[in-house]
Amino acid sequence: MNTAIKDHAELAEAFNANEPRVNWHDETLWWVRQKRDKMAWSLPEWETLRETASLIKHNVLGNLHAYLEEFERNAQQNGAIVHWAADAEEHNRIVLELLQQQGVKRMVKSKSMLTEECHLNHYLADHGIEVIDTDLGERIVQLAKEPPSHIVLPCIHKKKEEIGDLFHIHLGTPAGNADPQLLTAAARLHLRSEFIQSRVAITGVNFAVAETGEMVVCTNEGNADMGAHLADVHIACMGIEKLIPQRKHLGVFLRLLARSATGQPITTYSSHFRTPKPGQQLHIVLVDNGRSRQLGREDFRNSLKCIRCGACMNTCPVYRRSGGHSYHNAIAGPIGAILAPNLDMKQYADLPFASTLCGSCSNVCPVKIDIHQQLYKWRQVLVQDGQTKAAKTAGMKIMTTVLSRPGLYKFAGKMARWVMRVAPGMVNNRFNPWYKQRELPPPPAESFETWYKKNR
Amino acid sequence: MKVGLFIPCYIDQFYPQVGIATLQLLEKLGCEVGYPSGQTCCGQPMANSGYEHLTDGCNRLFTDNFKSYDYIVGPSGSCVLHVKDHLHVADNETAATHIRQNIYELSEFLTDVLQVKSLRAKFPHKVGVHQSCHGQRGLHVSQMTELVGPAFSKPLQLLNMVDGLELIELDRKDECCGFGGTFCVFEEAVSVKMGKDRVADHVHHGAEYITGNDVSCLMHLEGILRRQQSPVKVLHLAEILNNE
Repeated sequence: MNTAIKDHAELAEAFNANEPRVNWHDETLWWVRQKRDKMAWSLPEWETLRETASLIKHNVLGNLHAYLEEFERNAQQNGAIVHWAADAEEHNRIVLELLQQQGVKRMVKSKSMLTEECHLNHYLADHGIEVIDTDLGERIVQLAKEPPSHIVLPCIHKKKEEIGDLFHIHLGTPAGNADPQLLTAAARLHLRSEFIQSRVAITGVNFAVAETGEMVVCTNEGNADMGAHLADVHIACMGIEKLIPQRKHLGVFLRLLARSATGQPITTYSSHFRTPKPGQQLHIVLVDNGRSRQLGREDFRNSLKCIRCGACMNTCPVYRRSGGHSYHNAIAGPIGAILAPNLDMKQYADLPFASTLCGSCSNVCPVKIDIHQQLYKWRQVLVQDGQTKAAKTAGMKIMTTVLSRPGLYKFAGKMARWVMRVAPGMVNNRFNPWYKQRELPPPPAESFETWYKKNR
Repeated sequence: MKVGLFIPCYIDQFYPQVGIATLQLLEKLGCEVGYPSGQTCCGQPMANSGYEHLTDGCNRLFTDNFKSYDYIVGPSGSCVLHVKDHLHVADNETAATHIRQNIYELSEFLTDVLQVKSLRAKFPHKVGVHQSCHGQRGLHVSQMTELVGPAFSKPLQLLNMVDGLELIELDRKDECCGFGGTFCVFEEAVSVKMGKDRVADHVHHGAEYITGNDVSCLMHLEGILRRQQSPVKVLHLAEILNNE
């Protein structure tokens, strides 16, 4: 894997080289945001639902140990086998062992951001096992050898013509044909042949209910069901924060999830998995991978409330204009930017800065995570941890010196305005990122303070 | 009522006319306004960049400058929000708390404290309003499109009192302009693209002027408009409300 440190600003600049494409990307996601707004406004109790969901998750995070044990007990009583994984590596190893026990070389997986976070596909490929992603969007990016660019809409960055070309190469559809109906029909045939042959199916988990030991998986394509029902072994992989206390709480979360995600009243399939069918094995892998560390960070604990709806991405004006891949993390956008530094501060030090702190993300979040405030707080943590460039720190220190001394500030302001009038080229040049595509304000002859002294 | 006029650094240096309009407007409305000399910056540029620990000097200055006023009013939602959320001085926390609780962005001071019902102002032009995020989503000077709730807007309430002013509708009522403090230089490409899109929305709907309650956003939009050699101009809300 490429271990060079990536930078959001650079990747975003590259994305912006093609402005019409940026416009298309922005408008596509804005359309989803508008659908979400329409759905939110159709429920007068919308804000109460958000508050309720946030409080339920608050309770879960405060009593996670107890709910996890309750869930494990009930899941075991239901006949499931529960595994605990401290980190991505252990998760991958557990899954590999299960697959090796079954002797399979190829298997299906429905969408699971957790397995993306753990880089399961790569790991299994290295051990000679091919994973077929069965969510259509995920299958498309898999064929393109790319990671998903969005947690709900994995191939939102791809145009249908590009998908037509991919399908022509991999699935043998006619060259140059980008008819969505034809392409989805081809995908359906392709995936069904995989479902039928696959003896093991991996799924993600949207909600795990502590009181019943059941899991709920939401898909629009029914692909989790197709995989899990046809396979001899169902492996469900989930982060430990996916718990909800009781079944009745689904009435809050299922109403919020699809409305926030895609502007649908409910996901097409909300599938409950409780007991394995006769002869089938049901394995549940509970994964920590930094979650208990995040739980211990008081300022960032609430990020674990996330139900992975992607609303913060759709509304984020930066995400819409920089694309999911610019976040170089399994989870992009504002939520990714507050989760990723917990996994690796050095590798993801750029992400909390990839925001204007406009606050729209926090407003759409169905579980009311204070995302933009956490972005601000991560910036403080990253600077304290020495994760910013020395030049930036030096610049900030100079700025602080000037702004802490009124005399020096007045002198510096006067000098700056004088230079801008007499020698504008000193500031209006290619070394000034402001000037690249914007003019600086015309420098006035006197400051407000000077005017005030003369006039009052 | 003693009002301390808070003029953020970049307004003091580059947009003195906004400070003048704010001062004249408050005086016209009967406030006793003082401008403490020795103001610099609220510290936001450092804090938003992750260097809040360097803002002690700015915090101390700000507190010393404004502690004796009943209200502190500034023509910038962003700077006001920063002070409200982050102003602390270890050995003078009483004064800092007084300031945090009594600092207002201009439009909310006019509607909520002065409860202005009419203005002697005229501006016969088509105007688009840029809802700056920190004023809107931070100080709640307007309802936000993401939230389900009754509509309100303090800046619009005031602009509706101006003779001849025609407000234009926008496709995206409250999308961020992309200024974002140091974001505007460290994420130049996205910042400019966001600004261009915001400008296009106003231009497309026939705005002659873009106004708002944050000069930082307006400076960014103006920079783009001027580079495009557009005839559309930007004015701070105070300049319109003070125009007779």
